[in-house]
Amino acid sequence: MHREKWLFEISPKNNLFSLNLKEVWKYRDLLLLFVKRDVVTVYKQTILGPLWYLIQPLFTSVIFTLIFNNMANISTGSVPPFLFNLSGITLWNYFKSCLSGTSNTFTANAGIFGKVYFPRVIMPISVVISNLVRFGIQLLIFIAFYLYYYFNGADISLNRYTILLPILILIMGGLGLGLGMIISSMVTKYRDLKVLVEFGIQLLMYISAVMYPVAYFAEKLPEYVWIVKYNPLAVVIEMVRYILLNTGTFSSTMLFYTLGITFITLFLGIVVFNKVEKSFIDTV
Amino acid sequence: MSEVILKIENLSKQYRLGTIGTGTIRDDLKRWWYKLRGKEDPFLKIGETNNRALKGTSEYVWALKDINFEVKKGAVLGIIGKNGAGKSTLLKILSKITSPTTGSVKFNGRIASLLEVGTGFHPEMTGKENVFLNGAILGMTKAEISEKYDEIVAFSGCERYIDTPVKRYSSGMTVRLAFAVAAFLEPDILIIDEVLAVGDAEFQKKAIGKMQDISKGEGRTVLFVSHDMAAIQNLCTQVMVLENGKGTYQGSVIEGIDFYLKGNYSKDHNNLLKIKNRFGDKTSLFKSISFSCEYNGKVYLNTNKIYSGSNVFIDIVLKNRIKTKREIYIAMDFLDSRNIPVMNISNQFTKKNLYSEGEFSKIRFEIPNFNFRAMNYFVTLWGEGVGTSCFDHLENDVKIEVIETDFFGTGSLPRAKQHGYFLLHNDCKNI
Repeated sequence: MHREKWLFEISPKNNLFSLNLKEVWKYRDLLLLFVKRDVVTVYKQTILGPLWYLIQPLFTSVIFTLIFNNMANISTGSVPPFLFNLSGITLWNYFKSCLSGTSNTFTANAGIFGKVYFPRVIMPISVVISNLVRFGIQLLIFIAFYLYYYFNGADISLNRYTILLPILILIMGGLGLGLGMIISSMVTKYRDLKVLVEFGIQLLMYISAVMYPVAYFAEKLPEYVWIVKYNPLAVVIEMVRYILLNTGTFSSTMLFYTLGITFITLFLGIVVFNKVEKSFIDTV
Repeated sequence: MSEVILKIENLSKQYRLGTIGTGTIRDDLKRWWYKLRGKEDPFLKIGETNNRALKGTSEYVWALKDINFEVKKGAVLGIIGKNGAGKSTLLKILSKITSPTTGSVKFNGRIASLLEVGTGFHPEMTGKENVFLNGAILGMTKAEISEKYDEIVAFSGCERYIDTPVKRYSSGMTVRLAFAVAAFLEPDILIIDEVLAVGDAEFQKKAIGKMQDISKGEGRTVLFVSHDMAAIQNLCTQVMVLENGKGTYQGSVIEGIDFYLKGNYSKDHNNLLKIKNRFGDKTSLFKSISFSCEYNGKVYLNTNKIYSGSNVFIDIVLKNRIKTKREIYIAMDFLDSRNIPVMNISNQFTKKNLYSEGEFSKIRFEIPNFNFRAMNYFVTLWGEGVGTSCFDHLENDVKIEVIETDFFGTGSLPRAKQHGYFLLHNDCKNI
């Protein structure tokens, strides 16, 4: 009479690595809708609309150029300082928005998570993708300035490593996602991390080679250069500059090093996220 | 129809009360330390029953404790209980929002939950965009939503506003649109928590109708939580009553509602002295009450079961503190399970003399032809010394069950709830 074969079961036991990609795939429409919602609604009822996406990095670059290059005299070599800063800021912004967007996944979405079930991991993934769209738009403006300087005779050129650019961008997103997932899982119970993240991101920017070349740092503070040298974010930014602006360094060892760090962070992020997602609503 | 689609076994959920602070991290470390040594979680043992009104000693309570039930395919299970009884916790576990502490839920098919309509509505997006977003959140694919989009909009009745941001909607319109999306979900098991309490009368009717279609027409299983007993009675085929995290009743709808609403009636009408919750100056107390009846020449003594249309004897025993003789009034209010008064009997109106004297006094009321319809009734007892004040008042503490008989001798009876409380002999002819 009783059929003892059940298709699904809910139990307290937790499988550590059950990312359940099949389920995520089933909810792919939701993922896309979240991305669309994030991209479309940010500047609704604003006059400039998506132009705001461009204004932010442009103005920051102008200020950075004024402060760090004109005032503090940080040398960017043969590369126009504005373009140098714009490349750093565009990349950094992508990482920053991925990290801050995903690090409050549970707290910010407690309302919706507390009412309906869908694979929780959809949320951070959607943040990373919608930021990628934003990054794409910002990349366009970078390309416009790139071409402008190129045709005005600046010493910049692409090289054969350009094909690695997408991988570097994915590393940036992956680092933000992994770190964000770890933080979001821990922040559900203890809010201390939230405070840490707020100024941590700020500090992190200064050691990520956003507004200076690593070589410059090594020249001025040789005993502390390891902070920047082994910082995967600085490595990625430096490599992208090498690819696009023909300045800085490139080594495949460092590329694999960064890839390794990214995978470890992502893996840890998924494990912690999975552990927390099942019952975070009780402690959030 | 007989296939079990959802089975819940020994389901429990423990919560920690109070705020989260340094104390929490200490408990977490202790739990982790026990786990590391392969021992049982120490905090599972110290949990207390979840009664929100009482002061407890433990920080840990069981919001749900050892819940077991099965739901068959196509059934509509109503879950009722007071605030804090564990209804929402149960639904949250079923809809995978939180995980149980122990026990398991097994099911066949897709579960969709409607714990709140309009989850994930974004105020800046238009109605149309929100239909798609909300549908996807509830687990539909884009193709499914597109297919039903016209029906959803028609059902919501918000056609005119569909391209306007939802923040411009009235709250009723938001709910209409949200419920419309949910109503076109096609899960095998649908979980609904108190969503009918919103919207105007017309829409509520529409919503209940739609839910009936879902369960009866399409054979889906529905779990439904509500405080609205009329909705429970309209929709459900079985009922579960939760009390302080425990399932205290499971079975038919009418019985379940009675059980819930009259959870406090005395099971032992022969010893009313045990009841603490009583009013009056206590100079005399109701000690016992018994209902007997004579039907078709047979006498049924002290059963509290009364045959519809029989002759009824109600024997009341009073325990007196004032032993001297005094005149008294005794009154009985008969109420139905929803506390609606049905009838009153008292010697105050019949002007029959009753008195109390000595240690105990026995009083008998006789009601010939007790023509109540078959239902459960609850009796409130009231006693008063003539010219003085109330000596004892017991509210709703006695339950009697009226049993169906062939009142008209035709084998035919009114059976619907709306046909009222009484049966009266009547005649009719063409004139």
